[in-house]
Amino acid sequence: MSEEPTLLTPEGLRVDGRRPDELRPIKIEVGVLDNADGSAYLEQGGNKVIVAVYGPRELHPKHLSLPNRALVRTRYHMTPFSVEERKAPAPTRREIELSKVIREALEPSIFLNEYPRTAIDIFIEVLQADGGTRCASITAASVALADAGIPLRDLVAAIAVGKVKGRLVLDLNHLEDQYGEGDMPVAMMPVFNAVTLLQADGLFTPEEFKKALKLARKGIMEVYRAQKEALRKKYSRIPKEGEEL
Amino acid sequence: MKAEKIIPTIKRRSIEAMLKKGERIDGRKLNQMREISIRTNFIERAEGSALVKIGKTMVIAGVKLSIGSPFPDAPNKGVIIVNTELIPIASPVFEPGPPGEEDVEIARVVDRGIRSSNALNLDELIIIPGKKCWVVYVDIYALNHDGNLIDACALAAVSALLTAKKRKVEVEGDELKLLEETEPLPMRDRPVFVTIGKIGESLIVDPSYEEELIIDSRITFSITEDGRIAAIQKGEAGYLTYDEVLNASEVAFKIAEDVRKLLPALPKGAS
Repeated sequence: MSEEPTLLTPEGLRVDGRRPDELRPIKIEVGVLDNADGSAYLEQGGNKVIVAVYGPRELHPKHLSLPNRALVRTRYHMTPFSVEERKAPAPTRREIELSKVIREALEPSIFLNEYPRTAIDIFIEVLQADGGTRCASITAASVALADAGIPLRDLVAAIAVGKVKGRLVLDLNHLEDQYGEGDMPVAMMPVFNAVTLLQADGLFTPEEFKKALKLARKGIMEVYRAQKEALRKKYSRIPKEGEEL
Repeated sequence: MKAEKIIPTIKRRSIEAMLKKGERIDGRKLNQMREISIRTNFIERAEGSALVKIGKTMVIAGVKLSIGSPFPDAPNKGVIIVNTELIPIASPVFEPGPPGEEDVEIARVVDRGIRSSNALNLDELIIIPGKKCWVVYVDIYALNHDGNLIDACALAAVSALLTAKKRKVEVEGDELKLLEETEPLPMRDRPVFVTIGKIGESLIVDPSYEEELIIDSRITFSITEDGRIAAIQKGEAGYLTYDEVLNASEVAFKIAEDVRKLLPALPKGAS
């Protein structure tokens, strides 16, 4: 096992020089894939995530279709080269669970009843992982859903709050995730103050929990701004006739 | 009761109408658990076991122990593996086959809630550092599904661990000798899981199967004896508002204390 790095300096700076409430730089690009109905590429620290959205489209097999709403299917997958030790390509139990919670984080934002009997498929590939990939995936997937032109109540933005050396910090990187004492990923639709994903792992007192949730909301607002800015960048310009965006 | 995947609209409406008046279809209060029963040492062949009922929901957990190798990145810790299977015995909505996402979610949430609480002291399960350790398998099977399987599975897992016995081991060089004498597992905490469902604007403790069919979302807290949160999981395709999350946590703290009284005691003098 490698030596534990200095997670918090006496000045209160983190292993990568950030302040406790500082996010890693986020870069979002919209519409990066030709064949998908909607897509997004996101970098957040060392995370690199690409998302494709198809649909609403015909659902196969048909017996899965729902009479009153669209069926959302989500696959969260990490490429074998995304982590230090090669990960076997077959879905792990972790990936099965994360696919479920990511889907459930996005579903509340979609007007599903508008598209009965159809499928909306969300495919997420983590190309490089640096801690907080489920949150990065949700942030990117929500932008890709918007890019697909699917009506949304709001964007879903996500961030993790962690506990490092007893201190609450925003947006854990993989070292802080590995050596820290707790991890609490949160996703919200900011307009509705609605929490669509909440998980936690590690010990939090009731006070810490309240503070962590508040800190998460602060981080989520920053992520939300980055999402909107990325969408604006692609869609604020009126295309010339015959020009594709 | 025969579980179906759909619920008649008239029933949905009556559940919702009652909730608005603060009542539930089975006569419970919003923050009331169903009756809980825990029967430990039900399976003599297992090193620990528990048959748990929450109302009509019934699950069984068995603990089996074997000697294996620690993970390379944790050479000084024993291993715990939690597995859950939702089998067709428990409900017509479950199908045979490899564990689906629901099974995997329950197993992983129970695993996290136990692991993060340090309920099982993995440091004390090491026999020869880097080489030999105890591997604790917790296998949980649903027997009857009437809602809130997460809490039932967690209750069964923790109860089985609290009452499990392992054989003492003598180490001579690299040789291990299993003795006949047994001792409890090194349990240090008794985490309790509390799941709260949201229907409309109502928060309900311990949702039943009928309630789960119309639930917007649910949130589960694993809570330690000293009142800390060890794990959280929000589930289902709806959301909770920021304030609902905080309210749900307050309710969960209270309920957890009551439920804990029903758990087996922490073993005394665990090694």
